Amino acid sequence: MQKQAIFQSKLLPYLLVAPQLAVVLIFFYWPALQAVVQSFLLQDAFGLSSSFVWFDNYIELFKDPAYFESIIRTFFFSFAIAVSSLSFALLLAVMADKPLRGVMLYRTLLIWPYAVAPPVVGVLWIFMLHPSLGVISRYLRAAGIDWNPLLDGNQAATLIILAAAWKQISYNFLFFLAGLQAIPKSVFEAAAIDGARPMRRFWTVTFPLLSPTIFFLLVVNIVYAFFDTFGIIDTMTRGGPGTSTVTLVYKVYSDGLLGGNLGSSAAQSVILMILVIVLTGIQFRFVERKVTY
Amino acid sequence: MVEQEGIRRYVAHIILWIGIAIVAFPVYIAIVASTQDNALIANGQMSLLPGGHFFEVYYQTIFVGTSGSTREPVANMMLNSLIMALLIAVGKIAISIISAYAIVYFRFPLRMPIFWLIFITLMLPVEVRIYPTYKIVADLNMLDSYAGLALPLIASATATLLFRQFFMTVPDELLEASRIDGAGPLRFFWDTLLPLSRTNMAALFVILFILGWNQYLWPLLITTRDDMQTIQVGIRKMITTTDALTEWPIVMATAVLAMLPPVFVVVAMQKLFVRGLVETEK
Repeated sequence: MQKQAIFQSKLLPYLLVAPQLAVVLIFFYWPALQAVVQSFLLQDAFGLSSSFVWFDNYIELFKDPAYFESIIRTFFFSFAIAVSSLSFALLLAVMADKPLRGVMLYRTLLIWPYAVAPPVVGVLWIFMLHPSLGVISRYLRAAGIDWNPLLDGNQAATLIILAAAWKQISYNFLFFLAGLQAIPKSVFEAAAIDGARPMRRFWTVTFPLLSPTIFFLLVVNIVYAFFDTFGIIDTMTRGGPGTSTVTLVYKVYSDGLLGGNLGSSAAQSVILMILVIVLTGIQFRFVERKVTY
Repeated sequence: MVEQEGIRRYVAHIILWIGIAIVAFPVYIAIVASTQDNALIANGQMSLLPGGHFFEVYYQTIFVGTSGSTREPVANMMLNSLIMALLIAVGKIAISIISAYAIVYFRFPLRMPIFWLIFITLMLPVEVRIYPTYKIVADLNMLDSYAGLALPLIASATATLLFRQFFMTVPDELLEASRIDGAGPLRFFWDTLLPLSRTNMAALFVILFILGWNQYLWPLLITTRDDMQTIQVGIRKMITTTDALTEWPIVMATAVLAMLPPVFVVVAMQKLFVRGLVETEK
């Protein structure tokens, strides 16, 4: 990563990196460090003094069934969102990869939801599926379903998964389409000559060749579900009913809002950091492998 | 070519149109609802066809706001969102491109440690360090300010890495040539490197603008004054009150207005958008 032709200057390079370094140190490293330090401290009831308690905050956290439940819930949401969104997007991408007329138009009409903000996604979906005034709820009730996501935790979870998956379709579609177009057409022709039917061709040729893209998108979708669902949850259910839609990020937010336990909130932040670092690590390793392979 | 019987093609067209319908339906409902009377919607009798209140609803939304919950004209919220998004996009590009320039084109002590310090920020979004960051912004007296909205979101390395990668591909001969012409490091940056980076900057700008416009959790925490609200925060506050009081046509009009700028950017600058997306997410 070394350039041969370079400039000589003592001061200039420092001036050039200074702005970014300042922003990163003040708004990234300092708060991250604070979170780590605080997660080892216990504040008294008045916030006047604090004492070092080693891993007590973490131990408390893992003893708390509500925290454990929200871990399970977050992973379940992530998995459900990723799988439903990926499979639907893959279906659309496989269709759009065929030599059809108007493929560019299809692409345009499918990618714009990427630009819709999570809280807006939440508003759109709760409005359609609102128990008393939603347009779709009418039909659900007519079909005999007792639909009320504001009271029923499972229905609330379903609603959030649907809305979040909807938003991810465009992103996944775009990357799948790019992945499909990168597969040489001769591979399909060879499979066709061997007599493989289209469905079989998909599972034995397309799917394996697309697996790097699938894996990449799986990680990205899970990270997305960890963080960006916050806006969707906050506008749709506020974590309710009860705590049935409280994810890890939502819990950090709402526990901190109540202002109670700084140490616990910091410990939650640190656990989230570790989770994200692990996920990013997996993603980097994999991207590297794809490049060298 | 592999056999493409007519039927298969029809099936593909149909599936794609179903996909488009699913993707568009929630937005269609929002547009329709934003043209109707609130009483009808609240009764659960909303029509699936546009109503006749388009102008009055949008007029009230943009210039007046809801009559109950927030009372803040959405035009003002959009202005706040626009300023925040522009600050994030321009700020990030500006500080990233110069630091990438320093890291690629200079040798100086601490070069690699600084690169790593910046690189690591790639991993952690603002959500995981939200309250400590809040505290720092509060200590710096930047609550309810545009700087407070934008600066913590600028602290990440995506753009720096992109520019670094791009600079590595710029042939060394260009530098030699401009050195023969007597250009110093700043001249070379301004006259040669910056023009070459134009497409990269544009692609990055498109993505960062959309991400900035769509920020939610951070502005939610650090704006307390109604007149500093961004549109994403404002829309949430509109449905805070009990359901019966929610002014749905205005909420939906706000949702439509919140979608317009970023969706326009995606559709109008599709090439740059796709390029930016593919580059930043790798």
